[in-house]
Amino acid sequence: MIHNKDMIPEQPAPKGTIGPIGWLRGNLFNGPINSLFTLLGLYVLYLLLVPTIQWAFINADWIGDSREDCSRVGACWVFVNARFSQFIYGLYPSEEYWRANIVFAMFAGIIAWMVIPRLPFKRWVTVFALLGFPVVAYVLLHGGYFDLPRVSTHRWGGLMLTLLLASVGMIGALPIGIVLALGRRSNMPIVKTFCVIFIEFWRGVPLITILFMASVMLPLFLPSEINIDRLIRALIGLTLFQSAYMAEVIRGGLQAIPKGQDEAAAALGMTYWKRMGLIIMPQALKMMIPGIVNTFISLFKDTTLVMIIGLFDLLGIVQAALSDSRWLGFSIEGYVFAAFVFWIFCFSMSRYSQYLERKLNTGHKQ
Amino acid sequence: MSVRPNDARPAGHKPPFWRDRAKRALIFQLILVAVVAAFLIYIIGNTQANLEARGITTGFGFLSDTAGFGIGQTLIEYSSQSSYGRTFVIGLLNTLLVGGLGVLAASIIGFIVGIARLSPNWLIAKLANAYIETFRNIPLLLQIFFWYFAVLRTLPSARESMAFGEAIFLNVRGLYLPQPLFESGFGLIPATFIVAIVASIALVIWNKRRHEATGKRLPVFWMSLVIIFGLPLLVLVVTGVPVTWEMPVLRGFNFGGGITIIPEFLALWLALSIYTASFIAEIVRSGIQAIPHGQTEAAQALSLPRKLVLRLVVIPQAMRVIIPPLTSQYLNLIKNSSLATAIGYPDLVSVFAGTTLNQTGQAIEVIAMTMAVYLIISLLVSMFMNWFNARVALVER
Repeated sequence: MIHNKDMIPEQPAPKGTIGPIGWLRGNLFNGPINSLFTLLGLYVLYLLLVPTIQWAFINADWIGDSREDCSRVGACWVFVNARFSQFIYGLYPSEEYWRANIVFAMFAGIIAWMVIPRLPFKRWVTVFALLGFPVVAYVLLHGGYFDLPRVSTHRWGGLMLTLLLASVGMIGALPIGIVLALGRRSNMPIVKTFCVIFIEFWRGVPLITILFMASVMLPLFLPSEINIDRLIRALIGLTLFQSAYMAEVIRGGLQAIPKGQDEAAAALGMTYWKRMGLIIMPQALKMMIPGIVNTFISLFKDTTLVMIIGLFDLLGIVQAALSDSRWLGFSIEGYVFAAFVFWIFCFSMSRYSQYLERKLNTGHKQ
Repeated sequence: MSVRPNDARPAGHKPPFWRDRAKRALIFQLILVAVVAAFLIYIIGNTQANLEARGITTGFGFLSDTAGFGIGQTLIEYSSQSSYGRTFVIGLLNTLLVGGLGVLAASIIGFIVGIARLSPNWLIAKLANAYIETFRNIPLLLQIFFWYFAVLRTLPSARESMAFGEAIFLNVRGLYLPQPLFESGFGLIPATFIVAIVASIALVIWNKRRHEATGKRLPVFWMSLVIIFGLPLLVLVVTGVPVTWEMPVLRGFNFGGGITIIPEFLALWLALSIYTASFIAEIVRSGIQAIPHGQTEAAQALSLPRKLVLRLVVIPQAMRVIIPPLTSQYLNLIKNSSLATAIGYPDLVSVFAGTTLNQTGQAIEVIAMTMAVYLIISLLVSMFMNWFNARVALVER
C-alpha cells in the first residue's frame, strides 16, 4: 500500500558532505587521529615555508654587483646574478658565447621536437640527434674549423658541461647497451659470460672509483705518446658506466616482448638480425623509453661527480665560485641555485617518463 | 631446430659451414675471445712499459709500509706509524659504519614517508609527495655539500656550542655525546639480551605449534617485547646499573671526553639517508599499491580482523614486491657513500684510493682492491636477492 503518491522533492546533500567543508571533513578531519595529523602537518608547513619565503623572496636582494649590495637579512641573489654566465658556460670565452647558444638552441629544439607528439619526421630527427648533432656541437664548441677560434676543453664548464656529459654519456651508452643486452640473452656461452661479467662489473662499483680509474689508470693503459684529454677520459668512464645500466633496461624491455613474436618472425624465415631489427627492437624500444629516461635522470645527477676529478660542471663551478674571497659566505645561495636547476631538469624528465608510461600502458603488456 | 624437412637436397651436398648455426656460433665466439685477449695483452704491455718508465714496482708489498698520515675517525686503533694495510681496514670500517647507519635511517624515513604517501589524509600525502619529489631530483653530491658546507660548517665555534641539556653539544667541530663507561659485571646484560631473544624465538615457535593444534593463541608479539627489553632491564637494575656516563666537557677551545661525531660523518649520513629514503618511499608505496584490492576484500570476507589482514595478507605480498628494489637501493647507498671523498670523510675511497694511492703511486693495486671490496659487497647482496627471490617466488599451479 502506498500512502504517499507524491514524489519527495529532490533534497540537497547533507550539509558538511559537499563543497569545501565536505572536502575538508573527508580528507583532512575524518577522525581525531587524522585531525591531529593535519594540524601537525600544517605546523610543519608553517615552520618550513614562512622562513623560507621570507629568506628567498621578501628579504632577498636581487640587484647589484658586489657583496655590499646585500643586506644579509635574506638571500643574496646578487651573487648568483653576478656569476650567472659562469654557471651556464663555465670559463668559455664570453665573445664566443654565441656558439654555445646555438648548441643550446639546437638541443632545446631537438628535445621539443621529440616530446611534442604531433610533429612529424620523428625518426629523422632521432637519427640527426644521435649522429649529426654531436658532430655539429663538437665543431661549434671546440672550434678549429671554419675560422672558428679553438676553445680548449678545460675552459668548458657550467650547465653546458653538465648537459654535454649527460648527453654524450647517453648517446654513447645506447649502442653499447643494446649489444650487451643482446649478448646477455644470447645462447652462445662465451658471449653471454663475457656480457654478464662486463655488466655486473660496472654496476657493482661506485661511479667515483670508475672516474678515478679513468683519470689515473687510463693513462697507464695506453702508450705514453698518447695523451687523452681529461674531459674525454671522464666521458669514457661515464659511457661505460652508463652502458651497463642501459643494458639492464634494454634487457628488461626485450623480456617484455612475448616469445611468440620472435618465433613467428623465425617461422617467416627471417635471420637473427632481421628479427631483432624489424620485429623485436621496434616494439621493445618503445616500451623501454620510460626506463631509459629514468637512467638518464640518474646519469644527469651523477655527472656532478666529475668535479672530483677536476672538471667544472654546474656544481663544480658553483663550488669554485663559493671559495672566491670576494663572495665568501654565500654557500646557501649557490647551492640553492644549483639545486633548483638540477631539480627543474630532473623533475620535468621524471614527469615526462610517467606520462609516457601511462600513454604506453594500453594493454599490450603481457 | 635439428629437424630439416628439406630432404629433396641431393645426397652428398653439404651446406657451406657458415650456414651452420653451431659452427657460426663457435667461430664468432673464438673471434671474441681473440679480440679480448689481444686487447688485454695490449693493455698489460703498455702498463708494464709505463710503470717501468715511472719506476713503480708492482705488488702488494707496500701494504706493510708505514703510512705516516693521520685519519680523523678511526674505529680501531690507528696511528700514523701504522701500515698502509691498516689504512685499508680503517677505510673499510668507516665505509661500513656510514653504510650500515645510513641503511637503518633511510629505511625508517623511507617506510614512514612511503606509508604517509598513501595516507587518506590529503595534507599528509601531499607533504610526503613533496619530500619525495624534492630530494630524489637533486644530485646527492649537492645535498652532501649543502649539509656540510652550508649547514655544519657554519655552526658556532666550540665556546658557543649549541647545548641540548648539559650532555649533548653541537658545534662546528662536530656532535659531542656522553659516552657510557661499562664497569665490571656489565657483561651480564648483553648475555641476558641474547638469552631473551632466544627465549622469545622459542616462544613464537611454541605458540605457532599450539595455535595449529588447538586454535588458541597468545599475544606473542607483546610478550616477546616484554621479554627482550624487560629482562635485560631487570638485570641492569638488580646488578646496580654498572654504567657511568662520561660527559663531554669544554676544555680550552674544544671539548674533551664523551663521543665525538665528526661533521663529515654527520653530513654524509644525513644526505645519504634523506636521499635514499626518497627512493625507498616510492618503492614502499608502489609495493603496497601493487597488491590488488580484491586481496584485502577477500581477507575481510573471511572475517579476518583488520590487523591480521595487513599482517597475513597485504604485508607478505607487498614485501615480495618491495624487497628486490629495496636491496638494490641499499647497495646504491653503500656505493654512494664513496662520495665521502668530496668532503673528506675518511671512508675507503677517500683514505685508501685517495691518500694511500697518492703517497704510494700503486694505482693499479689500490684501485683493484677498492673495486674488489664494492664488487664483493654487490655480489653478496645479489646472492641474498636470488636466494630471497627463490624463497618467496609464487609457485604457480
